[in-house]
Amino acid sequence: MIELRDLSVGYHAQAVLEHVDLDFPQGSVTVLLGPNGCGKSTLLKTALGLLPPVSGEVLYDGRPLSALAGSEVARKAAYMAQNHAIPSITAKRMVLHGRFPYLSFPRRYRKEDYEAVRRALESAGGLELMERPMQELSGGQRQKVYLAMALAQETQTIFMDEPTTWLDMRHQLEVMRTARALAEAGKAVGLVSHDLCLAMRTAHRVAVLSNGRVRLVAAPDEVFESGALDEAFGVLVRRVDTDGGWQYFCE
Amino acid sequence: MAGRENRKKRIPLRLLAAGGLALLAAVISLCTGAVMVAPGELVQALLGQGGGTTGGSIVLLVRLPRTLGCLLAGAALAASGAIIQTVMANPLAAPNIIGVNSGAGFFVALCSASLPAALSVKLSPLAAFLGAFACVMLVLLIAEKAGSSRIVLVLAGVAISNMFGAGTDAVVTLSPDALVGYSDFRIGGLSNVTMEQVAPAMWVIVLCLAGALLFSNELDVLTLGSDTARSLGLPVGRMRVLALAFAAALAGAAVSFSGLLGFVGLIVPHIIRRLIGSESRNLILGCALGGAALLTVCDVAARLLFAPYELPVGIVLSFAGGPFFLWLLIRKRGRHL
Repeated sequence: MIELRDLSVGYHAQAVLEHVDLDFPQGSVTVLLGPNGCGKSTLLKTALGLLPPVSGEVLYDGRPLSALAGSEVARKAAYMAQNHAIPSITAKRMVLHGRFPYLSFPRRYRKEDYEAVRRALESAGGLELMERPMQELSGGQRQKVYLAMALAQETQTIFMDEPTTWLDMRHQLEVMRTARALAEAGKAVGLVSHDLCLAMRTAHRVAVLSNGRVRLVAAPDEVFESGALDEAFGVLVRRVDTDGGWQYFCE
Repeated sequence: MAGRENRKKRIPLRLLAAGGLALLAAVISLCTGAVMVAPGELVQALLGQGGGTTGGSIVLLVRLPRTLGCLLAGAALAASGAIIQTVMANPLAAPNIIGVNSGAGFFVALCSASLPAALSVKLSPLAAFLGAFACVMLVLLIAEKAGSSRIVLVLAGVAISNMFGAGTDAVVTLSPDALVGYSDFRIGGLSNVTMEQVAPAMWVIVLCLAGALLFSNELDVLTLGSDTARSLGLPVGRMRVLALAFAAALAGAAVSFSGLLGFVGLIVPHIIRRLIGSESRNLILGCALGGAALLTVCDVAARLLFAPYELPVGIVLSFAGGPFFLWLLIRKRGRHL
C-alpha cells in the first residue's frame, strides 16, 4: 500500500499542499477532488517520485520511496498521465512500453511480456485496437490504450491524472466504470479529478483538497453531508436519489 | 485483417529495400566514374585478385575508400539525426543543433592555423572528431547541470555553437592561412578520402550504431514524455545524455572525414519515419541504410553529372533531397511529422 505521511508538495521548495496524511488502500478508488490549481496532480506526481517532496515522506509497502529504484517503483505503481505524446507506432507497441520496468538483459521483450500486453488490452476493452496505429485512433480509443499500458505494468496501485479530460460523456463514464472495476478486482486506484459529479459517483473514498490542505477524507455521502465540497468549490452541491444510487449536481 | 497483415510485413520489406538500395548504390559507386570498371573486374579486385590492373587499382585505392566513406557518413549522420530528433522531440533537430558542426569547425580551423599545412591536412579528421565530441559534451554537461530538459538542451546547444562559431571566425580572421583548410571542411565531400581516415571512424560508427540499437527500447520510452518515461522507471536525464553522446560520436566520426554534410541528418529521419514509423529500432536501422543509400547515390551523381568536373556532394544532396522532402511533405500533408 502507498501511504503519504505528513507530506508537503510543491515546486522549488514552495509548498502548494501541506501536511497531507493519506493512503491508497487496495480495493478502493480514492479520488483527489479539488478546484483547479489546488495541487492534486502535484500530489500524485510526488507520490510517484516524479517530483521531490517539500517535506514529509511517501511509503511503498512501509518502505520509503527514496530508498527504491525507479524500476522498483514502476513495478508497484502505474501512472496514467493527463497528457500523452502520440508516437507513430501501433497500439500493441504502445502497451508494450508498460512492460519496460520488467525489461532485463538482453533488452528484448519476452513471450510473457506479449501475453501481459494482450491481457491488459483485454481488460481495458481495447483488444481489437491491438494492431492499429496510435495516430488513427480516436480520443476514447487512445485512452483505452494508455490504460492498457498502465495495466501492463501489473502493479498493485494505479494513479490516473484527470483520465476523463478530452473525452465525450460516454467515454467518461466508461473510464470511471473501469476504475471502479479495477478496484473491485483488488487494485488500489488513485484518481485526480476536478469533475465533482463524476468523481462523487465513482469514488469509494474522496479526499477534498482546497487552500493548501486536505480538508476531509471520507466516503462520498459523508463528504456531501459535511458541506466540504460547497466550501472547496464555491458552489452548492445537491443530489438526487436514482436507481443506481446518488447522482450529484451543482448549482 | 489482410490489410493488417500487410502492414506488419511492410516494415521489414521496406528495411530490406533500403538495404538493397544501399548495396546497389555501393556497387554502382565502385564501378562508375571516369574509368568504368566491369562487375567481374570489381569482384576480382575486391577479392584481391586485381593483379595490378588499372581498374583494380582505381577500385581499391580510390573508389573503395570513397564508397565506404559515403556509406558510413550517410549511415552515421542519418542515424545521429534520428536519435537527436527522438531525444529532443523536435522535428527540426539535426546534429548541428547540439554543436557538432561548430565544434568540429572550430577545431579544424585551429588545427589549420597552428600546424604546418602538410601536418594539418593529416590531423584535421582527428581535430574534427575531437571538436565535435568536445563541443557536444560541453553542451550536455551544462544542460545536465541545468536539468536536462529538452528546451535547456536546445538553448545550451545554440549558445555554445555560437561561441564556437565566433571562435572559428576569430581564428580565420587572425590567421588567414587557416581559411583554406577550414573552407574545404565546410563545403564537405568525399573525393579525397583515404582508408586511413575512414578506418578509425568506421569503428566508432559501428560501435555507436550497435549501442544505439541496444538502447532502442529506452529511446522509445523517452518519446512518451518525461513524466510517463520516469513513471516507467527510466532515468530520463541520464538516458538523454547517453543517447546524445552516441549521436555526437556518430556525427563526429562522420564529419571527421566527410566535412559538413548536415542535410542528411535532417531529411533522412523524416523520410524513414514516414515510411516505417517511429519505433526506434526500425527507425535507426532504416536511417542508417537509407542515409547510406542516399549519400552514395548523390556522390555518384556528383561524379557523373558534369564529368569530368565534379560537384561537391553537399550541393547534389541539397538539390536532390530538398525537393523530394518537400514533395513528401505535400503528399502526406496533415499527417504527423
